Amino acid sequence: MSFELFIQYVFAGLTYGIIYAIVAIGFNIIYNTTGIINFAQGEFVMLGGMIAISLQKMMPLPLAIALAVAITMVVGALIEIVFIRWLDRPSVLRLIIITIGISILSREVALHIWGESVRALPYFVGNEISAISILGARVSPQVLWVMGVCTVMVILLSLFFRYTLTGQKMQACSANRKAAILCGINARNMVTLSFMLSAGIGALAGCVMSPITYTSYDGGPDLAIKGFTVAIMGGLGNSMAAVTAGLMLGLIEAFSISLMPMAYKDAIAIAILLLILFIRPHGLFGRKDAAGLKEF
Amino acid sequence: MLKIKNLEAGYGKLRVLKKISLHVDPGEIVTLIGANGAGKTTLLSTITGLIRSCGGEIVLKGENITRTPAEKIVGKGCSLVPEGRQVFATMTVRENLVLGGYVQHARGNKKFRDYLEHIYELFPVLKERWDQLAGTLSGGEQQMLAMGRALMARPSLIMLDEPSTGLAPLVVKAIFGVIRRMREEGNTVLLIEQNAKAALGVADRGYVIETGKIILQGPSEDLLANKDVQRAYLGRDVE
Repeated sequence: MSFELFIQYVFAGLTYGIIYAIVAIGFNIIYNTTGIINFAQGEFVMLGGMIAISLQKMMPLPLAIALAVAITMVVGALIEIVFIRWLDRPSVLRLIIITIGISILSREVALHIWGESVRALPYFVGNEISAISILGARVSPQVLWVMGVCTVMVILLSLFFRYTLTGQKMQACSANRKAAILCGINARNMVTLSFMLSAGIGALAGCVMSPITYTSYDGGPDLAIKGFTVAIMGGLGNSMAAVTAGLMLGLIEAFSISLMPMAYKDAIAIAILLLILFIRPHGLFGRKDAAGLKEF
Repeated sequence: MLKIKNLEAGYGKLRVLKKISLHVDPGEIVTLIGANGAGKTTLLSTITGLIRSCGGEIVLKGENITRTPAEKIVGKGCSLVPEGRQVFATMTVRENLVLGGYVQHARGNKKFRDYLEHIYELFPVLKERWDQLAGTLSGGEQQMLAMGRALMARPSLIMLDEPSTGLAPLVVKAIFGVIRRMREEGNTVLLIEQNAKAALGVADRGYVIETGKIILQGPSEDLLANKDVQRAYLGRDVE
């Protein structure tokens, strides 16, 4: 493999990797306040992309993206309020089944609105063939957009959870909901907020990646599986670890293409998921003591 | 401080509390003793709004809080140290304490750092372990953290649900020392205990609850001398 080709694979791997990481962080945010995995996370990404594509015909691209993110956040909040908020002491299993139902429902709604066709947002800068030369590799400027936007999101989110009171309140609801209520925290609002936050970052990722990965109504589950693998790899609830795990999975996939037929790409993610679940269920970077204290 | 009149509550159709009435005056330590399943924890859960009452009323500092949502109660000056500590296990000691002071913070109270120092002074071990995950603390340390977290809200009434359960005698002694100190600092305490001897030793007055009813009440010395209490809760044979 030539050095240029190597760099090319690295860029491809990192691009997908950071997208997986964002989906995984979406899982983690909702997991952290509710203790459940929201399997509709991939649909947030799809919705963000689709709404932005429809809106950008009427308005400038940045505005369309901002509006798409806002609308998806409202959808996230509505989903929580309509399907989850009013449940009295639901079991973890019941909630997970509900999110799978929401995932199927959102996909059907998207099929109804946008049809089966594959769409894409225009490139933010340049077009399909414009490329920047980095260390001999030809990289689309959109790739840099994806990496940049996702990196900024990751940094802002980790600051949010560590240093803001709202972030800490969300974590407290995850650690012990009853105790959080006894501290005066409105746990229900925190759950709604976590759905909005997850929906928002998913939608933004969906917008920046749309020009290179395309958006279609059924793109959600694939992303959800990759994101879930990454979330498990990093250790559920640990967003910084999800970034490392995401980049690892992206790179492994990218280099696997050079060794194996492309069709095996998705099988690799599933194989990694199973391996992690068998060997290190608390994740590669999870604190075992912390995992032992969690219910699920 | 706290006045409960004919309170009734339960789970589903099961009525656990049957017309409970009790009161706690400012500056008092009042204890509620009773066997397992007598309704002690249910009473505290009902006061804090975690369980809805189905009759009677709860008045805190002159305000009826019977229908107040659980997350609002602490802001009204009533904190609960729940049974089994219930610390935020996956967060650090300091984060636990900060969240305990959330209601003060939400009110824009800036003295938050002083409160934290005060808790560290009450429980020096928490200062040593400030960066440790709460779930990795020992039982006694977790109890101290749970008490510290409740105190961070600067409550006028603090309710403790069986703080001595499962702890070594020396730790229990330390915990009861802090309960005394809380009163000296102006807190009012409602203490729920199975360890009747220790509880009556620290309290001014006591209530005895049995199958959801208050069957006895009075100053601690009277209860300690009472033959029924001695037989049932102090494990003493009385001829």
